[in-house]
Amino acid sequence: MNALDVAVGQPPGRPVSGRHLAVGAGAAALVLVPLIWIDPTTYLVLTVAGLAMGMLLFLTAVGLTLIFGLMDVLNLAHGAFFAWGGYVGFSVLQRLDALGWVETGSLGQSVGSTLLALAAAAGVGAVLGVVVERVVVRRVYGDHLKQILITVGLSLVMAEVIKIVWGPNDEMVLVPQALQGSYDLFDVVVNRFRVLAVVVGVAVFGGLHLLLRRTRLGLVVRAGVENREIVEVMGYDIGRIFTAVFAGGAALAAVGGAMWAVFREQIHPGMGDENLILALIVVIIGGMGSVTGSFVGAVVVGLAFNYVSFLVPKLALGVNILIMVIVLLLRPQGLMGQE
Amino acid sequence: MSDPILALEGVHAHIGGHHILQGVSLEARPGRATVLLGRNGAGKTTTLRTIMGLVRASAGTIRLAGERIERRRTFEIARLGVGYVPEDQAVLSHLTVEENFRLAMPCESEESARRLDTVFRLFPALKTYWQAKAGVLSGGQKQMVAIGRAFVTDHRLLLIDEPSKGLAPVVVDHLIESLRHMRDETTVILVEQNFHMARHVGTDYFILDDGRVVHGGRMEDLVNDHTVKKRYLGIG
Ligand SMILES: Nc1ncnc2c1ncn2[C@@H]1O[C@H](COP(=O)(O)OP(=O)(O)OP(=O)(O)O)[C@@H](O)[C@H]1O
Ligand SMILES: [Mg+2]
Repeated sequence: MNALDVAVGQPPGRPVSGRHLAVGAGAAALVLVPLIWIDPTTYLVLTVAGLAMGMLLFLTAVGLTLIFGLMDVLNLAHGAFFAWGGYVGFSVLQRLDALGWVETGSLGQSVGSTLLALAAAAGVGAVLGVVVERVVVRRVYGDHLKQILITVGLSLVMAEVIKIVWGPNDEMVLVPQALQGSYDLFDVVVNRFRVLAVVVGVAVFGGLHLLLRRTRLGLVVRAGVENREIVEVMGYDIGRIFTAVFAGGAALAAVGGAMWAVFREQIHPGMGDENLILALIVVIIGGMGSVTGSFVGAVVVGLAFNYVSFLVPKLALGVNILIMVIVLLLRPQGLMGQE
Repeated sequence: MSDPILALEGVHAHIGGHHILQGVSLEARPGRATVLLGRNGAGKTTTLRTIMGLVRASAGTIRLAGERIERRRTFEIARLGVGYVPEDQAVLSHLTVEENFRLAMPCESEESARRLDTVFRLFPALKTYWQAKAGVLSGGQKQMVAIGRAFVTDHRLLLIDEPSKGLAPVVVDHLIESLRHMRDETTVILVEQNFHMARHVGTDYFILDDGRVVHGGRMEDLVNDHTVKKRYLGIG
């Protein structure tokens, strides 16, 4: 079991249980069974697409899972940060394109515009996160029903504000030149952007790993996930740490949204809701509070979505719900969740 | 007599609409170990939680070295030098023993290193299990983590809630020795049902009943006061 679990792993030395075997068999089946129907080249393309999608889902899911694990808050407005990130990224790219940086211009300019778009999304996401946590979420700590009602309401408001600022219709997103086109890996065409998505996702996962495992802040967060009272009586201002985690989660979701915008080349005000549903499935599969769980869950959902979309398009969302139900039956706390 | 480190005056507290503390007044003097006694449900834990700011005092004052703290937040009270060992061997079971201690030591000073040495001397088992997850330890070892962790920081006042609960007599005797040692370095308020432990660790006592202090004094007087012991503690 990976050392990054915020939630606990199994105690060492426990024999491999039937459930572990079932989980392993399930994972193998997920990856291998599609090969029966899909030719290898298409399979590789779908796999890369699935991994890229998984990484973007991870960016939303990881904030959701930490906010739940640490603060016991069900934040159903998390998808709204994703949508805001998409729109902010879109606007930044549009402005920079007017300067000739995005679809034309040098490699440095198009890479720079990509980074600026992601940074702006992260910044706006973090600021929105601080405001939402301080003004709204803080009032409903400890009450799940109120959290659900108030954060659903909030996500509606945030989507309405998007319609007011950017208009209600779909917008086409400009794709920076450096991300257009594709690489040729063993005769398989791999979209450049998907490679970037995988790189960013893995980098965020690795960075969070270091943050949680190697820093005092990480130690406090891991301790707070288990018992915030003990952390408070040691003199840590858990309220401020909550705000920081909430803002960090919101920023990551916004980066995910900006990347998604470029990936899909279009955005619409409801994009947060669709993302939230998938991110919730990821979090439930992976286990509430576990960063590693979210990473694994995101890969599972991304791959299953892409394989099934190719085979039976109508079942793409359904198969993920099915996986979620199976995981809940085998391990109600999720693959890596706390018991 | 020296000024009290901690003084509660007429403290009331409500939990979920129930009036739990109904005017608690007590004090703890520096260098002494004050034991809170009383039946189950008397309000001992709630008293400690109210001191820590985990339960809001609805009336009354709580002074730490003269300064009022009843409106302060928990982490501020901790930073003012109050340590708290909760009931039920409250360790962070998903963290290692080392991480439990590291969390408790915001700055790794010479003083905290010295105190950590003392903890290892009192509880050698902790050294053996230093890298183990605290969750796999026995009840007694968990209690050692919880107490040792609070001891490594230089607190002005240490609140300890029923350390003997659920532990075998030999372990309790070991804890008594350790707490007597800590008492010499830090002022302690100890909640305890085990009278054997209470009398060997405590120098002063207060008895709580139905959310009020009904008795108080020096421990050596209580030991011989069979009437009070019988009436409020059901022993003697
Ligand atoms: N969260 C709560 N909700 C409702 N009632 C509570 C709560 N916490 C404590 N109480 C009540 O407050 C009273 C005092 O509880 P407290 O835990 O302070 O007692 P105690 O003296 O520590 O008892 P024990 O020796 O059993 O630990 C009890 O009647 C208890 O039922
Ligand atoms: Mg108690």
